[in-house]
Amino acid sequence: MKHGIRVGVLISVLSAAMIYWMRTIPWMPLEASREAKDIDWLFGLHIDVITFLYVLVNGILIYSIFAFRRKKGEEDAVGANLHGNTKLEIAWTVIPLITVLFFAYLGTIVLSDISAAAADELEVNVTARQWSWSFEYPDAGVKSTELYLPVDRQVKLNMTSVDVIHSFWVPEFRVKMDTVPGMTTNLRMTPSIEGVYKVRCAELCGTAHAAMLGTIRVVSQEEFEAWLQQGQQQETQPEDLSEEELINLGASTADAAGCLACHSVDGTKSVGPSWKGLFGSERPLTDGSTTIADEAYIRESILDPKAKTVAGFPDIMPTNYGETLTSLDVEALIAYIRSLK
Amino acid sequence: MNIKRILLGLIIGVLGGAALYTVMRLLLGMPALASNPWPLVAMAVTTGLIGLMLGIEPSLGLARGLLGMVFGFAVGLLLVYVIRLLLGMTPAWNPEPAWVTGALLGATGFLLGVGVMTDWLKWANGIHTPEQDGPPEGKPAWVRYFGADQNHKVIGVQYTVTGILLLGTAGSFAMIFRTELSKAGIDFLPADLFNTFISIHGIVMIASILLGVGGMANYLVPLMLGARDMAFPRLNSFAFWIAVPGALLIIMALFFGGWDTGWTGYAPLSVRGPLGIDFFMLGVFIFGFSSILGAVNLIATTITMRAPGMSMFRMPIFVWAVLATALIQLTGTQFIGLSFLMVVLERVFNMGFFDPASGGKVLLFQHLFWFYSHPAVYIFILPGLGIISELLPVFARKPLFGYKWIALSSMAIAVMGFLVWAHHMFTAGISDSLRVPFMYSTMLVAVPTGVKFFSWLGTMWRGKLSFPTPMLFVLTSIAVFLIGGLTGPPLATVPTDLHLHDSYYVVGHFHATMFGGFVFPFFAALYFWFPKITGCMYNERLGKIHWFLQTVGFYTMSLYMMRAGLLGMRRRIVDYDPALGVEGYQTVITWAGWIIFISVIIGVANLAWSAYRGKVAEPNPWGSRSPEWQIPSPVPEHNFEEPFEVVGDPYDYGVPGSIYVQMHPKPTSAG
Repeated sequence: MKHGIRVGVLISVLSAAMIYWMRTIPWMPLEASREAKDIDWLFGLHIDVITFLYVLVNGILIYSIFAFRRKKGEEDAVGANLHGNTKLEIAWTVIPLITVLFFAYLGTIVLSDISAAAADELEVNVTARQWSWSFEYPDAGVKSTELYLPVDRQVKLNMTSVDVIHSFWVPEFRVKMDTVPGMTTNLRMTPSIEGVYKVRCAELCGTAHAAMLGTIRVVSQEEFEAWLQQGQQQETQPEDLSEEELINLGASTADAAGCLACHSVDGTKSVGPSWKGLFGSERPLTDGSTTIADEAYIRESILDPKAKTVAGFPDIMPTNYGETLTSLDVEALIAYIRSLK
Repeated sequence: MNIKRILLGLIIGVLGGAALYTVMRLLLGMPALASNPWPLVAMAVTTGLIGLMLGIEPSLGLARGLLGMVFGFAVGLLLVYVIRLLLGMTPAWNPEPAWVTGALLGATGFLLGVGVMTDWLKWANGIHTPEQDGPPEGKPAWVRYFGADQNHKVIGVQYTVTGILLLGTAGSFAMIFRTELSKAGIDFLPADLFNTFISIHGIVMIASILLGVGGMANYLVPLMLGARDMAFPRLNSFAFWIAVPGALLIIMALFFGGWDTGWTGYAPLSVRGPLGIDFFMLGVFIFGFSSILGAVNLIATTITMRAPGMSMFRMPIFVWAVLATALIQLTGTQFIGLSFLMVVLERVFNMGFFDPASGGKVLLFQHLFWFYSHPAVYIFILPGLGIISELLPVFARKPLFGYKWIALSSMAIAVMGFLVWAHHMFTAGISDSLRVPFMYSTMLVAVPTGVKFFSWLGTMWRGKLSFPTPMLFVLTSIAVFLIGGLTGPPLATVPTDLHLHDSYYVVGHFHATMFGGFVFPFFAALYFWFPKITGCMYNERLGKIHWFLQTVGFYTMSLYMMRAGLLGMRRRIVDYDPALGVEGYQTVITWAGWIIFISVIIGVANLAWSAYRGKVAEPNPWGSRSPEWQIPSPVPEHNFEEPFEVVGDPYDYGVPGSIYVQMHPKPTSAG
């Protein structure tokens, strides 16, 4: 009995201290959505129980190592004649059973809470491709390579992929959903803090998976309305912009459309050729010929990448940029590449 | 050793390989010389090594198998070329179907060459072949370890050593990409190669674990049951050797563009990737036969070959774990084979199983894949948990607490393992009417696992514990598997999984289950039965150094992996965003990984050196009651010279006067 009392006291004190300590640790990144609050609460509860069980098992283990070790002169000694205890076995079957069922029940409740539809939810269509994200606001008829969201309003994402499986994850929002070719998946979330976040593709999707990031801008309702209206207005023509504006637009398009996942702008060799010093240079092609990288060549390489492939690089660039980029985007990209001397 | 013959073999091998390569190119309608010299070099090196081995010992099964594989490939490539030529298909040389056929015939050629089918082919022709008795006559003793030997102990050693070789291979790939990850930014490993390396690390580790499990089961089960061998010795040999071409195909994938899908090979990414994916998937498909056939053998042996008096509940507890494992292997492995075969068929014949445009379903792949691949983790851990239960009573000098509960909890895990697969798909786009039931079923797995933990604690309670190296590994197994087990429920709960899924938290979680459930128990078993297998003792001090480094390294690695995942670190990325604040953790994980790597080298070196030069071990150094410790070490050819009868329970260490096995000396003459 004395061992039981000692270990009981040890575990009570240690587990209380450990649970207290664990609660002070900021496990998660910024809590920037309403769903994050529910999920973090449930995770915290998990951590409490995990900590208790961790101390319980390790407490008995370590106590046994010290209290029941074979001492000098006990070389042939044997342990107590204990074969088992059915009551104990039933107890440590039933108590864990109730605990896990309780957690599954809590999980069900929280899941139904965070996936319930709000009356004023905003619908956004999300398309994933190797290796970029694009967004469409069907009610306003606006397309974008960045996801603008109004703060404190629920958004329902209708997501699909045009090539392989990707996964939409915003760690600050705590939610994740795959985008699957041939079907539409849904994800609801309610951003609660204004700011800039990243969508991080969480499903291995090929070469540039690590770089498949998208930008999310959570803004006030007014800013969001203004941005939508701007998007609805007549499309800007390349001639309307100064060279500098065009270059700036090209730089942000390159980032948002995922170009920079494979093409560096500082001369580093990556999956695709670097853009630095590209414009006007002589390009060796896979068929042994060469060509000069003028505007027509760059335009063709964006819209029909298979037409001419540079020697030494894999022919893996997506062929659908003609559908996802506007002609303004393409001209801006050309201006940007031209500027990278 | 015949130096002249060895040199001749080497020269013939190199020249023959180069000639075969050139002739193949000409036959396939290509110019004799390729612009890329490396395939020629690789071919010449391979056949040179085969020639070298044949020069050392012309009957060496491994070398003959490799030669058969080379010719099988050549026949397959030509076959497809000729068929396409005759059918007027252009181009007649199409690498994908040609190499796929080559791989299948190559594996067949290996099996024919190594000699595991020789007896069966003779039987087909009505020729009687006797059961093998002892090592091949007139040859060095080591030759039997490199050929189609039918003795379960030889096969057990073959499995274990191959498993350790693959463990080292997969671990080395891990160290390369782990070093790349120690700092943000891409330092030396390009993205495509990184993706290939993580994939090969995953699948080769799995192959190595399956071989390690096979090694422990094959060596120990007949000994523990009192059998002279396995139920089907020829099938046993076949089951081991078919794993070898499977593993070779997986490694060959590296030279055919690698593969960037991870070991999970999700369609449609795997349908689009390089030729290496075919090699990887066919390799796994062929490897699967090893699991299935090995399982048939273990089940039959356990059911039919127990010693007199050994009822099921008097078997050593490890046999229960192996039985549960074998049942999963027998019923589940087909599904990963099927899912990978379907991807290969879609690639080669455009069968649109997973292509929505052809009426296929993307998610179908994941259902098929995880229907095996979730239960597979129980294949990896159940034998390890069996080792923990097996060794604890020996070092606690006390009966196993709740024998029947532990035995049946293994069976419960085996059955429940088949009901939880969709938790790998909580974020895949399946409906809530699937997510919620699978959340409940997944949670239930915690219950039989908990029974094991508490029963282990019960076994230690009021024992007389001693701590040689195997016991230290057992204790760390419990502590590490505890981390793996306890971090499971947040993944099983759908809302928290929405954050954790496919993050580094998952990476930390399953590495803890794999190390606690396999790696640490596997080393415990290696140290524990090392004196039985070799008759020599390992170096205790080095064993403890190995244990200490691996324990410290692993604890650090898995905890920091989970920490990084919570902060937003994704799985399988070559580069991460330093803004997440995980770079410091990544550096620590890399250092910890290197410590584990070094500790394993120390451990393996200790065992290898001790097998060669170790002190002679006592017949029963641990004072175990198990039957295999009641006979000489190393074990005689057919195990028990004297038949025995089971007259008590296996683990009654604290019970005065009790015995488990009663040896019956053989009558001296038949009359």
